[in-house]
Amino acid sequence: MKILKQIGIYTFLGIATMISIFPFFWMVVSATNSSVDVTAGRLLPGTYLFENFGQLLESTELLTAFYNSSKIAVVTTLLALFISSLAGYGFEVYRSKAKDLVFNILLASMMIPFAALMVPLFRMFATVSNHVPFMGLDSHIAIILPTMTTAFLIFFFRQSTKMFPRDILEAGRMDGLSELGIFIKIYMPTMKTTYAAAAIITFMSSWNNYLWPLVVIQSPNKQTLPLLISNLGSSYAPDYGVIMLAIVLATLPVAIIFFILQKHFVAGMMGSVK
Amino acid sequence: MKVKNELVGWGFISIPVLLIFVFYFYPMVQAFLLSLQSGMGSNLSFVGFDNYVRLFQDTTFITAVTNTFTYLIIQVPLMILLALLLSVLLNQKDLKGRGFFRTAIFLPCITSLVAYATIFKYLFGHTGIINVLLMDISIITEPIQWLTDPLLARFTIVMAITWRWTGYNMIFYLSALQNVDHSIYEAAKIDGATATKQFFKITIPMLKPIILFTSITSTIGTLQLFDEIVNITGGGPGNSTLTISQYIYNLSFKYTPDFGYAATVSYAIVVMIIILSVIQFKVAGDKS
Repeated sequence: MKILKQIGIYTFLGIATMISIFPFFWMVVSATNSSVDVTAGRLLPGTYLFENFGQLLESTELLTAFYNSSKIAVVTTLLALFISSLAGYGFEVYRSKAKDLVFNILLASMMIPFAALMVPLFRMFATVSNHVPFMGLDSHIAIILPTMTTAFLIFFFRQSTKMFPRDILEAGRMDGLSELGIFIKIYMPTMKTTYAAAAIITFMSSWNNYLWPLVVIQSPNKQTLPLLISNLGSSYAPDYGVIMLAIVLATLPVAIIFFILQKHFVAGMMGSVK
Repeated sequence: MKVKNELVGWGFISIPVLLIFVFYFYPMVQAFLLSLQSGMGSNLSFVGFDNYVRLFQDTTFITAVTNTFTYLIIQVPLMILLALLLSVLLNQKDLKGRGFFRTAIFLPCITSLVAYATIFKYLFGHTGIINVLLMDISIITEPIQWLTDPLLARFTIVMAITWRWTGYNMIFYLSALQNVDHSIYEAAKIDGATATKQFFKITIPMLKPIILFTSITSTIGTLQLFDEIVNITGGGPGNSTLTISQYIYNLSFKYTPDFGYAATVSYAIVVMIIILSVIQFKVAGDKS
């Protein structure tokens, strides 16, 4: 009876694992096969990897999209981390009734779906375009500005700041550090793990963002990776091997971060819920 | 000193507060003003609440709402139950390969929505690998219309979302389960409670807050569903997989732009999110 139950459990977990991994396996294998082999259902690695790569470079602006996505994700992450941690710290360390009220108002923004913001934001940036073109529509600044601050990230840093020992602050003040100096020289280095987790969520959401870049970007040379993949996927005569290779390449950076920083990664995904 | 620090505090929070007001609250005010206007492109005229009346007569909107709620009602409970079950199984201390199973089931979360949607589109295509495999082992003789049959297309979407998010939710439950005192289960076993009974009488009540949290996030996520639909089915066949977010996008950027009405539909989503979140809080928060 007990053995049967064990077999049942392992079978169930085995199937769940297979289902979870199969699309990855198929994606990687298909990236090395020709389109014809992919449609024929080939499940073994092939020899078309370099041909697919050549084709991908030739038919799309892959490198540009890769550069654009990286640039946007890195800039967004750096800015988001600095200003959100500063705010999370500010809300907690210089706590006051008025600030708590502001904080609660900020939290309400988490209920607003992006779909609801898309139209007014589009119109806002269209207006900006008329005056300052480099930060209006079809610019990377227009992608970064509205997405870099989330109430969630401020909340995340505020929660972590609760654990930050206050005596260190006083010690810093005794040493004659300014308030900003304390934040930069003492708080930031102490909270490395919090920053790592926050960096992962922010980087990932920027790297994977689709809807807003889709609305903002018009020029092919300003495309990000999700836009490139989506375009490839909706083409009339899709080359499956090439598309799968593009997806592998777009997934690789996040996969690398995941396997190197698994602990922080999971902590970041779970945010402040502990 | 006190006054100075009070000012420093406001300085520290000023930039993000400003950004959130500019990029969240101000647009919502704009969207409301916009929802009272109608017309093509930037040729708008004031129409009062006409757009809100139009909502209830708009069959495409009603289809989009029905589809979105179909996903919500089927997918969210399915995923939460599956995630709970997996987390309970993976929480057994004597299970071999726990780390491996956990990592494997979590892995779908690292993919971007566009990436996994595109993979699923081809997995379940007419000549996709799923059909090929099913035909190879002779379960079917004709390819299944995963993406072109209205009902099956919705089902495929549900499967795809479940694939992407089950591991994510599972991680939350696993971490909550680690804080549950094991002796409760020992006591229940002595009292003769079966595994199923333990699951429903101990595990679920203990995890209630986290289940509430995940169901609210999943609900908000489902109401915003966009990337998957656009990249798997494009909303079709017909409008049978169209979601509300996609409808807003289409109204603004695909059809002749009707920003006023699109803003009205936006408000419909916001209202739905608020109502559903309140309901979930009321239902789950009653006893705690």
